[in-house]
Amino acid sequence: MRVPLPARGPVLAVAGVSVIVALLQLSGLAFWQGLAVNLAIFVILVVSLNLASGFTGVFSLGHIGFMALGAYISAILSLPLREKGDYLPNLPPWLAGIHLDQMLGPIPVGWLLATLLAGLLVAGVALLVGAVLMRLSGHFVAVATLGFLVIVRVLLFNFDDFTRGSRTFSNVTPYTNLWWAAACAVLVVYVVWRLKRSSYGRAMFAQRRDRWAAQSVGISVLTPRLIAFVVSAFFTAIAGSLFAHFITSFSPTVFYFDLTFRVITMLVVGGMGSVSGSVIGVGVVLAIAEGLRRVEDSTLLYGLSGILLAAFFISVIIFRPEGIMGQREISLNSLMATLRPWRKAPGDGPPSAG
Amino acid sequence: MTQYALQQVVNALSAGSLYALMAVGLALIFSILRLINFAHGDLMMVAGYLAAFSLFAGLPLPAALLTMIGGTVVVGLLMERIAYRPIRGAPDVAMLLTSFAVGQILQNGTLLASRLGGQPVQIAFPTPGLLQGVVSVGSLTLSKVNVVSFVTGAVLLSLLTVFVTRSRLGLSMHAAAEDLPAAQLMGVQVNRVVASAFGIASALAAVAGFLYASQAGQINPYLGFTPVLKAFIAAVIGGFGSISGAVIGAYALALLEIIPTALAGIADILPPGAVSPAFHDLLAQLLPSSLASFRDAFVFLFLILMLLFRPNGILGGRAREEAP
Repeated sequence: MRVPLPARGPVLAVAGVSVIVALLQLSGLAFWQGLAVNLAIFVILVVSLNLASGFTGVFSLGHIGFMALGAYISAILSLPLREKGDYLPNLPPWLAGIHLDQMLGPIPVGWLLATLLAGLLVAGVALLVGAVLMRLSGHFVAVATLGFLVIVRVLLFNFDDFTRGSRTFSNVTPYTNLWWAAACAVLVVYVVWRLKRSSYGRAMFAQRRDRWAAQSVGISVLTPRLIAFVVSAFFTAIAGSLFAHFITSFSPTVFYFDLTFRVITMLVVGGMGSVSGSVIGVGVVLAIAEGLRRVEDSTLLYGLSGILLAAFFISVIIFRPEGIMGQREISLNSLMATLRPWRKAPGDGPPSAG
Repeated sequence: MTQYALQQVVNALSAGSLYALMAVGLALIFSILRLINFAHGDLMMVAGYLAAFSLFAGLPLPAALLTMIGGTVVVGLLMERIAYRPIRGAPDVAMLLTSFAVGQILQNGTLLASRLGGQPVQIAFPTPGLLQGVVSVGSLTLSKVNVVSFVTGAVLLSLLTVFVTRSRLGLSMHAAAEDLPAAQLMGVQVNRVVASAFGIASALAAVAGFLYASQAGQINPYLGFTPVLKAFIAAVIGGFGSISGAVIGAYALALLEIIPTALAGIADILPPGAVSPAFHDLLAQLLPSSLASFRDAFVFLFLILMLLFRPNGILGGRAREEAP
């Protein structure tokens, strides 16, 4: 069957990702599987931060707060009834009765529903926060969103009845596997990719480029920013749920500045405004970080990887401020043009290759 | 009751001095470069470690303090030269992110250094005996470190004000803050002015770091994060970029911060019989003693409100970037 050309990219990308996931799953290499799940979660985080910040120019430092909310909400909702009683004995009755741990054959429908609910609730929070904060610009919005991150942390630490406070929230069922993580990542990449080329995405870029010109032709500043912020928060919360059900135990300290900085490094290295750039940025930074971590483990020079990654980040900002991709994308055509001499199928490119 | 209130005010004044020492540095650098230097808090942390290691090495207190200030100034100058000078004039957010990266380098560098020095991540700060204990003023009992913090802050900030308004270098800073290219045309050596601003800011951060560490009693590589955010809020309250504004903002923030702490558990503090039992219960319900742990949330909520409604600070000041 001949697939029409515009749809070929996504189909090939999905096929490529499926092949990689299937091979990894068959290989039984637990380390690489874990790394791949991490990669997928970071892809979701960075691509959605790109939507909120790279597309609109409104830099958010608070996204990890959305991730934290997503992680806690989905973890609380999906906790089995018995463990809930032991573990969070002071939950209000209406919440204590909810246990989204149902399975439909091999499919954890309860968890999927919990994830969706977490995403929607967090999107609601983002709508409230965004309606206020998206009026700010430049570094003021960055610091205000950082304030949001601090507020979320304080709340997570203090609502012991829901979050166990500073104690570790463990016993989370490990629903997240490579298939779910990869599927979510592909979906998010696809949606953001399409969004970039839609009129909504054009409006986001237009008001970033020149808000006065955009306003003069009737593109408001607030609406595209708010859409980007809310959609992005929804995806970020889903990444939070995947993360929670992958590492299965966490505390509020996980969701703070180190993770924020890691995600921003990936975004800037990949290129603010480029979806394929984000995927590449995640790959590059994760590879460097993993390599440095091994050096650190063998030399016991803890802190070295943090120094080198930050130095790498600074040199990117100084020498290549637009990152690897800038706002450009890898399209199927450009990829084919590059690969033509070898006549290779570009199916094993990055998942965004479409 | 009044004694309790006075005690809180004295604590606030001491915290305000610390915030002011930090906020002034942030404002000084921001006014010239439009850079929010988040690594400023990490300078404070570095100072704490320099002081601790100097004291561990057996240096007498004055020598340790000089080492600390000198070392912190060197670190501050290096970070300006290596990281910030190449991106001078870059978009605001690029500069902000660079300062985060600089902070990461300082944190991880300290982690590495203290590890190589055979120290754990969190070390007990050797607070000098001079700053330990309490003094009694009338019926008030004040901890010495709070009094010293307040006095040091007041003295240094006055000196800074004199320097900025009277000295040639201070006036050059003012000119550079007003209009960098014009100042350059008038013969102000911008690199020298920027370096001096970083030097002064680092020295003040070093003093703040020492006082902070003495108060906290322990130091870790991440201790700079919250103070720099607080200093930022103080600078915003005072209208970012103005030095006197930053000082006022710092004390205002410190007073603001004690409100939740002071209100929290007020029902428990009231002497029995002072209010009717019903009112007592109402107070206990509205203002539980756990309120104090939400302090930072209130403070940052206030920051967001400030940014929205009074972006130029309570005093007004120069216009923000909104104009086309």
